[in-house]
Amino acid sequence: MTQVAMTVNGKSVSGEVEGRTLLSDYLREDLRLTGTHVGCDTSQCGACVVHVDGKAVKACTMFAAEAEGAQVTTIEGMGTADGGLTAVQQAFQDHHGLQCGFCTPGMVMTAAALLEETPKPTEAEIRDYLEGNICRCTGYHNIVKAIMAASGQDVSAVAAE
Amino acid sequence: MYAFDLERPGRIADAVKLLSDSEESQPLGGGQTLIPTLKQRLAMPERLVSLTAIPEMQGVCLSDAGEVCIGGATTHATVAAEAGAYPALAALAAGIGDPAVRNRGTIGGSLANNDPSACYPAAALGSGARIITNAREIAADDYFQGMFTTALDEGEIITEVRFPVPEKAHYEKFDQPASRFALTAVFVAKYADGVRVAVTGASEEGVFRWSEAEAALSADFSAEALSGLSLSGDGMISDLHGSGAYRAHLAKVLTGRAVAAAR
Repeated sequence: MTQVAMTVNGKSVSGEVEGRTLLSDYLREDLRLTGTHVGCDTSQCGACVVHVDGKAVKACTMFAAEAEGAQVTTIEGMGTADGGLTAVQQAFQDHHGLQCGFCTPGMVMTAAALLEETPKPTEAEIRDYLEGNICRCTGYHNIVKAIMAASGQDVSAVAAE
Repeated sequence: MYAFDLERPGRIADAVKLLSDSEESQPLGGGQTLIPTLKQRLAMPERLVSLTAIPEMQGVCLSDAGEVCIGGATTHATVAAEAGAYPALAALAAGIGDPAVRNRGTIGGSLANNDPSACYPAAALGSGARIITNAREIAADDYFQGMFTTALDEGEIITEVRFPVPEKAHYEKFDQPASRFALTAVFVAKYADGVRVAVTGASEEGVFRWSEAEAALSADFSAEALSGLSLSGDGMISDLHGSGAYRAHLAKVLTGRAVAAAR
């Protein structure tokens, strides 16, 4: 067992993990932050995307011990200070960017990372950035619309209206 | 996954020592291939030695000789953002996997794994890069030795990769949209002393140089120069995504597109 310490959603946390403990398991099982979803567990679906030192990563494809000393943000850390929704989250609600909601934590974390890098992405840039996030309900159009809206852009031009 | 110890040394020397201590030690780059492999119980190391906490293996720089030098543990995202001195290389890195994979996966990990459909082997072989390890320097022409096989010894790690910057280059990738690896892809680079063409995702032997195309393009750097050439489908990967003959044809088409797009 190894001792790890990191900052998760602004709070210092520490605990004992095995070498093989995935970051997703540490977040879900040890910290009980179950908003990080594990869809495929094979690095394909992106439901487990969290931010590690500001970068979107698949928490199921990284060991907890590799996050030693890192700043980790999960979907639980995405709300506003007063408990409301961020612009990205609100846009997913406004534009029906989810149906069953299973992929949504990863979608929101990926969208937030995109908007951090590219504040006004084109539709093509959004679709490209979502390449590692799979949604089996929506067909993606409303997710793309939500991200366009969250970036303050007109959504009427999004394809497949 | 089987249980193992995970070590995170901060220096190359410490990583090499940890790897040489035990035959059951294995290096861990960004883990974007190795972790899924471990989950499938296809590997059973007693110890993984992470290479991502070693500052001297991070980053992109330009050498005095005009080479783009990339630390072995540098992520694809960092290469995409910082290797602007070699635009075709930066563009290749920007097209690997997806954004989250690019934030973890490393150039050294990709080259050490030598997946027959990976992108970086095409860039390294197509550029005549030099693979620098903790022990020696290996020319790309000597490094790739068949599918998932390289010149690396047990416990030897890639600390840096040096790419000579060509006059023009382009990487043309035909995506396999599910895996995001190359179904087939071609890296073309034009140097003062000739053209190099490296094909990935096609041969059962992994990445290879297409010498006939290199000769034709060195004489006339245009897609038309390839018109009389063809690759055989024998020895090419054949699976449900495409036959060997299809991949051989694709390699020629992609070479032409890469030449036309090279800058």
